[in-house]
Amino acid sequence: MTQPTEYTPSELMIVNAARALKGKRVVFVGVGLPNIACNLARRSHSPEMELVYESGVFGAHPARLPLSIGDPTLVSDATAVTSIADLFMLYLQGGLIEVALLGGAQIDRYGNLNTTVVGDYAQPKTRLPGSGGACEIAINAREIFMIMRLNRRAFVEKLDFRTSPGHLDGGNARQKLGMPGLGPQVVITDRALFTFDNPEREMMLTEVATGETAESIQSHIAWPLRISPDLRQMTPPTPTELAIIRQELDPAGLYR
Amino acid sequence: MSQAVSRFVNDGDVVAIEGFTAFICFAAGHEIIRQKKQELTLVRMTPDLIYDQMVAAGVAKKMIFSYLGNPGVGSLYAIRRAVEKGIPRPLELEEYSHFGMVARYLAGASNLPFFPLRSYTGSDMLAANPLIQFVQSPYGDGEIAVVPPLKPDVAFLHAQRADAQGNTQLWGLLGMQKEVAFAAKKVVIVVEEVVEEAVIRRDPNRTLIPGLIVDAVVHEPFGAHPSYVQGYYDRDNAFYLDWGEQSKTAESTDAWLQEWVYGVPDRAAYLQKLGQERLASLNPGEMWSGEVNYGRYA
Repeated sequence: MTQPTEYTPSELMIVNAARALKGKRVVFVGVGLPNIACNLARRSHSPEMELVYESGVFGAHPARLPLSIGDPTLVSDATAVTSIADLFMLYLQGGLIEVALLGGAQIDRYGNLNTTVVGDYAQPKTRLPGSGGACEIAINAREIFMIMRLNRRAFVEKLDFRTSPGHLDGGNARQKLGMPGLGPQVVITDRALFTFDNPEREMMLTEVATGETAESIQSHIAWPLRISPDLRQMTPPTPTELAIIRQELDPAGLYR
Repeated sequence: MSQAVSRFVNDGDVVAIEGFTAFICFAAGHEIIRQKKQELTLVRMTPDLIYDQMVAAGVAKKMIFSYLGNPGVGSLYAIRRAVEKGIPRPLELEEYSHFGMVARYLAGASNLPFFPLRSYTGSDMLAANPLIQFVQSPYGDGEIAVVPPLKPDVAFLHAQRADAQGNTQLWGLLGMQKEVAFAAKKVVIVVEEVVEEAVIRRDPNRTLIPGLIVDAVVHEPFGAHPSYVQGYYDRDNAFYLDWGEQSKTAESTDAWLQEWVYGVPDRAAYLQKLGQERLASLNPGEMWSGEVNYGRYA
C-alpha cells in the first residue's frame, strides 16, 4: 500500500477534530463533518468512545458511514436505542454528555451560533434548518467543540440570529444565566484552530495550517482577531488517519 | 389509507405525520395531497421530504417544527419557496428546538399545562416564538423554560407491526412515536405487517402504542418509502439526493407531484411504478435479536 502524504484542508480539519476528542468517553455527534470526525476518533485512538446521536442512539457502532444522524446503521449493533424524550431528558439534561460537536452557518467571536436564518427572521434572505437539538446541546453538554470551514461569510461580526448560545457576550455570562455546560472550548477549521482560553472567553487563534499566517487567517474573519502569543502549526494527518478516512469512512470522497 | 384520510383528516386540522428519519408515512402524506385537504397545520420535528411535498401541493397554512432540512443532503426547497417567496402560498412557521417539540408532545400526552426544560437561555428563539416562556422555580433554583402542550387533531404513525386492535410494536429509532400517539386526539397506525394478537403478547415490552388509543390500522407495506423501516427496508438515499434537484423549482416539483402522487390512485400503484428492482435494492439484510425468557408464571 502506498502511504498518502498529501491531504486536503477538509481532511486536516477532520483529523484535528478527531484528535481533540482523545480521552473523551461520551460524545454527542452531529451530521456531516462531526459525524466523520467522531467515527475516525473511535476507529483510531479512542475505541472506547460512546457515540451519542440525538436520534436516540447511545453507543453506536455503525458498519457503514451514516448518511444522516437517523441512519439505520446506527441502530444495528448499538449499545442502546432510546426515545428522543429519554435522550434529551436523561442523557443530555441529566449531564452525561462530555463533549458535543456543533457547527453553523454563522459564528461570532464568542462562539454563539446561527443555524436559523440569513437576514431578517420574518423576511429571511435564506431560511436555514433551525435549531434541531443544537440550542439545548449548547446549553447542557459539558464542553462544545465546533467544526466549521473558515470563511468571511461564516465568521461574522454580528449574527443575524442567535440560535445556540456560546459564551454570549463573553466573560462569565453563561454562569450568570445558570447554564450547566462550560460552552465552546475549541473551533476547528480547515485553515486554523481557535480556543477560548482567556478571561473574556473570546475566540483566539492558536494554530494555523501549513502555509497560513495570522494575517492570512485574519482575512477570513470579520472582527479583529485575538492571536495567541504561542501560535503553533496544526499537526498534519498521519498516513494511518488518512487511510481510515479514505478507505473506511468516506470512500466516495464526499467530505474531501 | 383512502378511507382513513377521508374519515380522520378535516380541512383546518392540526396533523402530525411523525418519525425521526425512520417510519415517515409518505403514504399518508400523498393521500392527503390527493384528497386536496386545505388549511392544515402540519406538525413534525423534522419536516423532511414529506412536508416539502405537502407544502408544495398547497395543503398547509402553517408548520410547527424544529429542524428544516433534507437530512444528510441539504435544503428543503419547496418549504423555502413558501417561506421566502410565498409560493404556492405563504407558510406560517412556529419554531422550537428538538427538545422543545418533544416537551410539547410530552405535555400533551400527559395532560400537563406546560413542560419544563433546560433550553432557550440566551437564544433568539425566545423572541421568534412567544409561546416559549420562562417560569420561576417554586423551589428557589431560578428560572426554567417552559413550552405548552401540543395535541394534534390526528397523528399518522408508521411501525413494523400491529394487531387488528392497533396494539403496535416498533423497534429501531423510537423517535417520538409514543409521545405523539398519546398526545393526539385521533391516531392512525400504518404498518408493514398486521399480526395476530398472540405475536404482540409474546413480547409486551416491544408494544409502544396500545390499541386503546388507536382509531384505525392501515396495512401499507413500504408505506414509509423513501424513508425506512428498521429491518424491513433501508432509506432510499438516491431518492433523497434526487429530490434535492427535483424540488429546486416550483415547476419541476409540480411535475413530480403530478407523476407520482396525483398520477397514481394509491400506494400499491406507486410501488408498482417504482418497480421491484428498486424496492429489492433497499433490502437491509438480516441481523436478528436474541430471545428473552418472560417466564410462564402459571
